[in-house]
Amino acid sequence: MQSFKKIKTIITPLDKVNVDTDQIVPKQFLKLVQKSGFGKFLFFNWRYDDHEQLKPDFILNDPKYKNSKILVAGDNFGCGSSREHAVWALQDYGFSVIISTSFADIFYSNCFKNGILPIILDNNTVEKLQRETNEVEVDLQNQTIKTTSETIPFDIDLHKKKILLEGLDDIAQTFLYEKEISDFEKQSTVPSVL
Amino acid sequence: MGKTLFEKIWDTHIVVEKENSPSLIYIDRHLVHEVTSPQAFDGLRMNKRTVRRPDLTIATMDHNVPTNNRSLPILDQTSAVQIQTLEKNCKDFGIKLFDINSPNQGIVHVIGPQLGITLPGTTIVCGDSHTSTHGAFGALAFGIGTSEVEHVLASQTLWLEKPKPFEIRVEGKRKNPHAVTAKDIILSIIKNIGTSGGNGTVIEYTGDGICDLSMEQRMTICNMSIEAGARAGLIAPDEKTFEYLRGRKYTPKNYESLVDYWRENLKTDTDAKFEKRYTLQIDNIAPQVSWGTNPGMTCDVTESVPSPEEFSHGDQNQKKGAEKALEYMALKPGTQMTEIKIDRVFIGSCTNARLDDLIEASKVVKGKKISSHVKAMVVPGSQMVKRQAEELGLDKIFTDANFEWRDAGCSMCLGMNPDILSPGERCASTSNRNFEGRQGAGGRTHLVSPVMAAAAAIAGHFVDVRDMDLN
Repeated sequence: MQSFKKIKTIITPLDKVNVDTDQIVPKQFLKLVQKSGFGKFLFFNWRYDDHEQLKPDFILNDPKYKNSKILVAGDNFGCGSSREHAVWALQDYGFSVIISTSFADIFYSNCFKNGILPIILDNNTVEKLQRETNEVEVDLQNQTIKTTSETIPFDIDLHKKKILLEGLDDIAQTFLYEKEISDFEKQSTVPSVL
Repeated sequence: MGKTLFEKIWDTHIVVEKENSPSLIYIDRHLVHEVTSPQAFDGLRMNKRTVRRPDLTIATMDHNVPTNNRSLPILDQTSAVQIQTLEKNCKDFGIKLFDINSPNQGIVHVIGPQLGITLPGTTIVCGDSHTSTHGAFGALAFGIGTSEVEHVLASQTLWLEKPKPFEIRVEGKRKNPHAVTAKDIILSIIKNIGTSGGNGTVIEYTGDGICDLSMEQRMTICNMSIEAGARAGLIAPDEKTFEYLRGRKYTPKNYESLVDYWRENLKTDTDAKFEKRYTLQIDNIAPQVSWGTNPGMTCDVTESVPSPEEFSHGDQNQKKGAEKALEYMALKPGTQMTEIKIDRVFIGSCTNARLDDLIEASKVVKGKKISSHVKAMVVPGSQMVKRQAEELGLDKIFTDANFEWRDAGCSMCLGMNPDILSPGERCASTSNRNFEGRQGAGGRTHLVSPVMAAAAAIAGHFVDVRDMDLN
């Protein structure tokens, strides 16, 4: 995984609550067996009409937001299915930061496995950011979002911050605890399945 | 201070614990399916890693399999490749697979308990959010993403932040338990606490209203914990739990000594502390029907479609959400739920496709025909459920009424296979999600119980199933 760098772009405001992972990437695209190339399926039913032409009234289709890497959405973003394809689609499309008042648990943890930073802020700040038209800078190291008029701090678990900043391989990190895992297995009384 | 059941399971699975950071938790059971695993196996190959405990891992194919004409090749090439990929991965990494021709194939959350793979007090994961189903047995069971699937395959562990314990008490007695079901209890809970009401928590369902339920009904409750945003839902095991698992295909040999231990240890202490509590009285609850595009947008069958103002109680975001939902669902506020006509009926999914569900639905259908403008199908949760139902003659009851009788799979719950709604079609569905396009682009889903779905199939519109004779 690539390490997370400072991001400075304009914000894409998505004025919707409870955006579920079925909307982020619909089921017909879950048949693929690779991780790459999901960006073109992002928000598929909102982005394209029945003839697979771009719908002009959907925000992502406004050329103004073409290079935006920051998505700001309403409450409970990423609810529903555990499909990591949703995060692969957001990442492949170009988003690196997602800001909301709350995230569904599985989606939130999937973000960190793919170099996406999810930020939780209060409702007023989220609404204010949705109205922000200038570029903003997201600085994970210092845990700040800088707009032209202010610096907004955000919280993040230190372990998760480290994973993003260093682009760590989770599994390699876990293998450092091989002894602890083996010791646990020796005393476990849970029988094998077969 | 005492501990909750969830905390007891958590504590006995900690491999590494550090202050203010996630804990490394051991996983006892890993269930794998074709849709969320291929990229995880690719990751193992790329890094020359193996599966640490194939003996704690089982796989099946359920999300993307056809539910009819199984002797024919799969027409959709992409689907065929996905299914072959699981076969190859299981072979290469030594994992037991219940493939499309196995008598034990079925929805992963239906076969786990049926085969005795799901056990009380264990940790169970699967790359599917409805893994919470297994919590009905007093297991800590939750859905994970594909990167975590890879992590569990490689290390049999996961780094997890400890969720907070949330008690939902269900009290009272349903007046007509054949008409007001476990599905109506869980939909009522989600309607009241909201789709993010359980975020960051593990729910423990308690109270006489839960003890009274069968194991299959308890699975319906725990299954939809994720629709309230909870990481998992669980129920303390009791004699019903132990009896259900006794003598199944993979029930452990030392089962009775395990039961002795579970009986003694797997319960919440009386002085344990929950971070959050909610109580639902069920004496007077009605059958539920969802009207919107998330499971919290639900009302009694006797009510009418609410206005966005009524629904949102002053919350502007919720109001906007309800306006969009009504537009998508093509419903006007004030319409009686019983006036809503349906085109399709789906009885299936990991929520409601177990034998009890099919028995109850068949009582509504017996001797009747579905409405002439309705297309209806029953998709048993597993091939074992299908066989058991056929032994009882349920297939005949359904097909005589013009239902289609299919092979097991997730089917129209998520519509990855050819079982989908056409744009604009309205469906009474026993599944768990009424999201936009979930059952097919432009399709409109109303979540209901199996008996409510069956009654709607006969009438052609929603009806209050309490008005029918179900004995």
